[in-house]
Amino acid sequence: MDRVSVVTDIRQANQNAAHENRKVFDKCGSCVINLMSAPGAGKTSVLEATIREIAPSFKVAVIEGDLETTFDSDRIRAMGVPAHQITTGSVCHLDARMVAKALAVFPPDGADLVVIENVGNLVCPAEFNLGEDLRVMVFSVVEGADKPKKYPLMFHTSDVVLLNKIDLLPYSGVALSELLRNVVEVNPRAAIFPISCRTGEGMEGWIGWLTQELKTRSRQALSTLKT
Amino acid sequence: MHELSIAESILDIAAAEAATHHAAAVTTIKVRLGNFTGVVREALEFAFEIARQGTVAASATLEIESVPLRTRCPSCDMTGSSDFCFICERCGTPLDILSGREMQVESIELAEEEVPWIASR
Ligand SMILES: Nc1nc2c(ncn2[C@@H]2O[C@H](COP(=O)(O)OP(=O)(O)OP(=O)(O)O)[C@@H](O)[C@H]2O)c(=O)[nH]1
Ligand SMILES: [Mg+2]
Ligand SMILES: [Zn+2]
Repeated sequence: MDRVSVVTDIRQANQNAAHENRKVFDKCGSCVINLMSAPGAGKTSVLEATIREIAPSFKVAVIEGDLETTFDSDRIRAMGVPAHQITTGSVCHLDARMVAKALAVFPPDGADLVVIENVGNLVCPAEFNLGEDLRVMVFSVVEGADKPKKYPLMFHTSDVVLLNKIDLLPYSGVALSELLRNVVEVNPRAAIFPISCRTGEGMEGWIGWLTQELKTRSRQALSTLKT
Repeated sequence: MHELSIAESILDIAAAEAATHHAAAVTTIKVRLGNFTGVVREALEFAFEIARQGTVAASATLEIESVPLRTRCPSCDMTGSSDFCFICERCGTPLDILSGREMQVESIELAEEEVPWIASR
């Protein structure tokens, strides 16, 4: 019997595919967001609200991941924004190869921003890099202040945490300060914005941050083109 | 159940290794699994039982070594085993992760290839 040392990252195959996606996005000059959350936290609502605010200045394209149905891509297309639906059947997350397949038929040529809405799941998507620039997580505040500690991985690996549905805080018994403290402890480097897609409260903070990010990135892309 | 796709990736890595070594079968797969990953050990063990069927590792054992979460402060060098609090208790700086995010096939054990003319005689 032979013992062979291997030392290979189990995520390597996905990582390689993510790297290929990255090249496609770079060629298109797109900034890419991997939008993640538990089911129903408000990913598509955030996307709709964000598109409404930035669509005049930036070209957006959307890739939707769901277990079943084209409901979410229909919602985005209804806003006049190109959208492609991936249905995973029973797979609880998007992986880089699924996104590669989508890119083959849905190249985001000329899009300043590509948003990939992941399958609603609070754990699994966090381990699968899709080739994104930014990981944005939506969390519905009514789910409880303890959740960042119970499900730390997605909070920890996100660049932005949007604490959505703050209009429901008065009915939920959740203390925003306690929730904020837990998010900061799990991820002290994240940009955190309490928002409501229903009332629009807090949206200007997130939109301002994103707009700044998109401008900085397109300037960087321009300067690398020139050099 | 993303543990199934993790199990499949493990088996792909093992199968590729078995092929390069012209082995007949994989008998053991050793994996290092960090405590701060999206993978549940029991779920992975269960998924592995299903995914290994019909592969070169059909009767392989999966040995999982758990790796604890360890952190270090980039500013004051304090190390610890943070309870999912990534702020240095001494100086308030965001902590770096030393270990706990591993998801690695470390080694495999192979059974030698049966020599075809012996097998057929
Ligand atoms: N009260 C309130 N409801 C909201 C808010 N944002 C979203 N919702 C509601 O929450 C529900 C789910 O919103 P979606 O945007 O579909 O959530 P999602 O994360 O895209 O859901 P999946 O893609 O199915 O995982 C809908 O009924 C929304 O109207 C908010 O800020 N406040
Ligand atoms: Mg949705
Ligand atoms: Zn410190």
